[in-house]
Amino acid sequence: MQEILIRLEEKREEARMGGGKKRIDTQHKKGKLTARERLDILLDPNSFEEYDMFMEHRCVDFGMMDQKISGDGVVIGSGTINGRLVYCYSQDFTVFGGSLSETHAEKICKIMDMAMTVGAPVIGLNDSGGARIQEGVAALAGYADVFQKNIMASGVIPQISVIMGPCAGGAVYSPAMTDFIFMVKDSSYMFVTGPDVVKTVTNETVTQEELGGAITHTTKSSVADIAFDNDVEALKQVRRLIDLLPANNREKSPDFPTFDEPNREEMSLDTLIPDNPNKPYDMHELIQKVADEGDFYEIQPEYAKNIITGFGRIEGKTVGFVANQPMVLAGCLDINASRKAARFVRFCDCFNIPIITFVDVPGFLPGTQQEFNGIIKQGAKLLFAYGEATVPKITIITRKAYGGAYDVMASKHLRGDLNFAWPTAEIAVMGAKGAVEIIFRADIGNEEKIAARTKEYSDKFANPFVAAGRGYIDDVIMPHASRRRIARGLRMLKNKELSNPWKKHDNIPL
Amino acid sequence: MFSKILIANRGEIACRVIKTAKKMGIKTVAVYSDADAEALHVLMADEKVHIGPSAAAESYLIADKIIDAAKQTGAEAIHPGYGFLSENADFCEKLQKAEITFIGPGAKAISVMGDKIASKKFADKAGVNTVPGSTEIIKDSAHAVRISGEIGYPVMIKASAGGGGKGMRIAYDDAEAVEGFSSATNEAISSFGDDRIFIEKFIEEPRHIEIQVLGDSHGNVIYLGERECSIQRRHQKVIEEAPSPFLDEATRKHMGEQSVALSKAVEYQSAGTVEFIVDKNRNFYFLEMNTRLQVEHPVTEFITGVDLVEQMIRVAYGEKLSLSQDDIKLTGWAMESRIYAEDPLRGFLPSIGRVIKYSPPEEDENIRVDTGIYEGSEISMFYDPMIAKLVTYGKTRDQAIAHMRQALDRYYIRGLNHNIPFLADVLNSKRFQSGNITTNYIAEEYPDGFMGGRLTDETRKIMMAVAQTVHSFEIGRQSHISGRMNDANYTDNWIITIGGENHASSFYATEDGCAVLTGDETHTVITDWVPGKPLFEANVNGNEVCVEVDKLLDGYLLSHNGVTEKVYVRTPREAELAAYMPEKIAPDMSNFLLCPMPGLIVSIAVEEGAEVKAGQVLCVVEAMKMENILKAEKDAVIKIISAKAGDSLSVDQVIIEFE
Repeated sequence: MQEILIRLEEKREEARMGGGKKRIDTQHKKGKLTARERLDILLDPNSFEEYDMFMEHRCVDFGMMDQKISGDGVVIGSGTINGRLVYCYSQDFTVFGGSLSETHAEKICKIMDMAMTVGAPVIGLNDSGGARIQEGVAALAGYADVFQKNIMASGVIPQISVIMGPCAGGAVYSPAMTDFIFMVKDSSYMFVTGPDVVKTVTNETVTQEELGGAITHTTKSSVADIAFDNDVEALKQVRRLIDLLPANNREKSPDFPTFDEPNREEMSLDTLIPDNPNKPYDMHELIQKVADEGDFYEIQPEYAKNIITGFGRIEGKTVGFVANQPMVLAGCLDINASRKAARFVRFCDCFNIPIITFVDVPGFLPGTQQEFNGIIKQGAKLLFAYGEATVPKITIITRKAYGGAYDVMASKHLRGDLNFAWPTAEIAVMGAKGAVEIIFRADIGNEEKIAARTKEYSDKFANPFVAAGRGYIDDVIMPHASRRRIARGLRMLKNKELSNPWKKHDNIPL
Repeated sequence: MFSKILIANRGEIACRVIKTAKKMGIKTVAVYSDADAEALHVLMADEKVHIGPSAAAESYLIADKIIDAAKQTGAEAIHPGYGFLSENADFCEKLQKAEITFIGPGAKAISVMGDKIASKKFADKAGVNTVPGSTEIIKDSAHAVRISGEIGYPVMIKASAGGGGKGMRIAYDDAEAVEGFSSATNEAISSFGDDRIFIEKFIEEPRHIEIQVLGDSHGNVIYLGERECSIQRRHQKVIEEAPSPFLDEATRKHMGEQSVALSKAVEYQSAGTVEFIVDKNRNFYFLEMNTRLQVEHPVTEFITGVDLVEQMIRVAYGEKLSLSQDDIKLTGWAMESRIYAEDPLRGFLPSIGRVIKYSPPEEDENIRVDTGIYEGSEISMFYDPMIAKLVTYGKTRDQAIAHMRQALDRYYIRGLNHNIPFLADVLNSKRFQSGNITTNYIAEEYPDGFMGGRLTDETRKIMMAVAQTVHSFEIGRQSHISGRMNDANYTDNWIITIGGENHASSFYATEDGCAVLTGDETHTVITDWVPGKPLFEANVNGNEVCVEVDKLLDGYLLSHNGVTEKVYVRTPREAELAAYMPEKIAPDMSNFLLCPMPGLIVSIAVEEGAEVKAGQVLCVVEAMKMENILKAEKDAVIKIISAKAGDSLSVDQVIIEFE
């Protein structure tokens, strides 16, 4: 008996070594951790329970029969993050370069099934050279099996991908369908076709980093959400994100103990809006002063900075913040901002996370560039996302809410639950100057008249009271009371019930 | 007494005057420019009058607007504060015509003392020591030697147009005087196009020590001891104290009496300051007289118990001084730090913008904060970027310093950069603490500028104890998140990484607080800190400490005692793995011209493709009303110009890329 137990321990030890000491050292030299080391950072100490440790590939071609390594290049299992259950897979680059075989894919599918059965998040740590070519179509089938699992899990359990090495070709499409993608700077890249193929086909010369590095994907393509400096930082931030998310779409976000006072007043918000309507201010300040402890987890911080998206908490419960950023492009909505915010709003709606929207929007960005690229349908995504969302929605207009963009930004008309405005709010079809130039076209050239008309228009509309008079704004509130009013609103809306008509699914303008 | 006065100033000094007026039951009127519409002094005053655009030259400096404001509100007197119109004899005379009392000295004192040369002559006549020197222009080297001999070596040979060390030479004997004269002349011609040279006594180990005087309109003048203001950066006072650690009773009396004599000679009738330069042998020489309230007056108030503003108001009203020289006793020690919105790590460039977080230390019998801002205020480019004056008191100099260090740690400012780390570093140095200071202190101690505070053993220990406590509290709090399947089983073994070194650590609760064990040392920590508070206030090993805590993506950023340090607290396994993480090398930006401060591009002097030589002007950036000329550091070719005139840039934004 004793011998059998020892044998098990030996087999485990063998599996833990993955591709062996030499390859592990190589991994370290690249500044990367191994698959199992990463799980040690990601999960609570000693909480990882591994499955399919002894699984091996079944390939017999090209000499693969003699090359078998326990686990077959991916470590899967369950563990906890601050005591809450998560499932994860971690590709092992030291084993066949982390390449995806039929069995490798089966393992990933297995934990996804487990996660779906019990309703817990899945975290994928990607570090793979691609499909195991020796297996041919079997590997491709494996990818597709994983894709199908991702699709079915979407909107049911949170799925997070961390790209910690190469991720190319078909492999990119599994992370692409998950909720969040994190990347590690300098050691990860994602692309459908690599620089060599790009060179052959289009004659463009581009490095891996430029084509699909963490910076590229977090600033240019928006494929990835956040770029981190190294493996440890990325994994710690996954833990922080998991603390914000519910385990599945039937649950609400966890309660996180906080010492912050819900009625905290921030007098400094009374001076946030500059006197000059064309002067920008940093909307982050409002978010930070409203959120518990000023703690804000920004999603896509480097992309479409004219809109801010991210998570925070009010009274320990997670909320999603969406806010126009006057510091960038005057906070206008463009294609990128609409897409970014729409996806975020839909995530919140999937997972019962109330949405807090701060509005200071001068309108949609004009221009051929925008029109040719379909700002109509792209902008409609955000409109659609807000309109279909059934979670509690609280909106505060801080300054400008002009034109169609006013409607889009979680207005009362899109089933906003509480729509507040600061006294500095201006809710109008457009700015006074533009409006006057249209209404009083005949007077253009007569500066005096135009000035008088502009003043008249701005006196009438550059305030929140016209909208409040129609009930589009529930209340005009003091800026310093914003946190208190939001906290109270969320308490009130805790048991909000609203459902959309039955449908197979909607047809959002993609 | 006056029933209403107007304060012709802004910022902390306006607020400070309003406080005393309120105490005396006098109504106050604030004046304000566009930029100051919501400033603290405006909120504090009983009435407010708008006096024009933001630029001081179009508002605070226009006498007529101030006088109109006083007439409009019925203010009987005007307190000018310091700066602006405080030493303007014309303003004084205009007020007299308008029958509004000026809370300050008479026009005569202002005009006589306002002229450098006239005041020196006047002081000389009144029996005040003045720096020996020639008022005549030196003709040739023989002349230089003769005059130097008369003055007595060492002497300073300096260009009339000189400044910034250019055109200045020190000579200890005749030979050096000859050599110094010719080189100073050459430099003066090449730098200023002006070859006029003067010679004066060179003061060795100079200290700036000034005497506070107070006079009334009945011919009484007293002195209220001295202030030492030797800690200066480019002639800008940074830290002041009273009394001076250098003066003895005899010198103090001597300086005080000369100051009183001078004040009497100019019929001085208000609070004023006679500035002296003092050499290493306690010889003192008159520099100038400031005919107004000084910025650093609170240190005198702390050690004398006299409210100088109240005295100014009373004597302006015509009251006789109720204090005699014998009433003035110097008790204890006071210290003042000027807190500026500037970035000490970037050559003290101004750092303007919105004050997002602002929480000064609480005032008590030992701490006074004179400030003109509040959380949400804007430090604008139009005025002096002073945020506040932090003044502390103690029975001894050591105590005043200790209180200052604690108060600086408790000062929490976010949104812009400030010089608190620099101030803390000065107060933390043995040399400053010993009192061995001169006006060259900063230049000598920070020859290459300020690189951040030095991580001392003591600070490292405090930071480790604090980081461990913060982390253990955070872990404890996180472990109470709802929806847990099991507890996160952390053992009590941690590794703290600070300054590139690892230290084993553990944490446990004790009867009255907690204890952190690092290596073989136990630190007791008693605190009511909870996660989310930016300031960690605690008693660590029996000492009250305060550390700023910022969470990083991994680890913490702690600031204490002028030192800002990344500190990581990890499980042994995490620490083992974190060691594999490569050090990120900051990208090489030497091929770029970066904007050194937030500002406006005034002009770009080059074009793409142009070859430039080292020292050639590349562009001009305006910040804080100052035009900063950016020059090429080496010969280069301009590749891309990424900004144009009129662009508003933030710090480190790329202006030009070189080939």
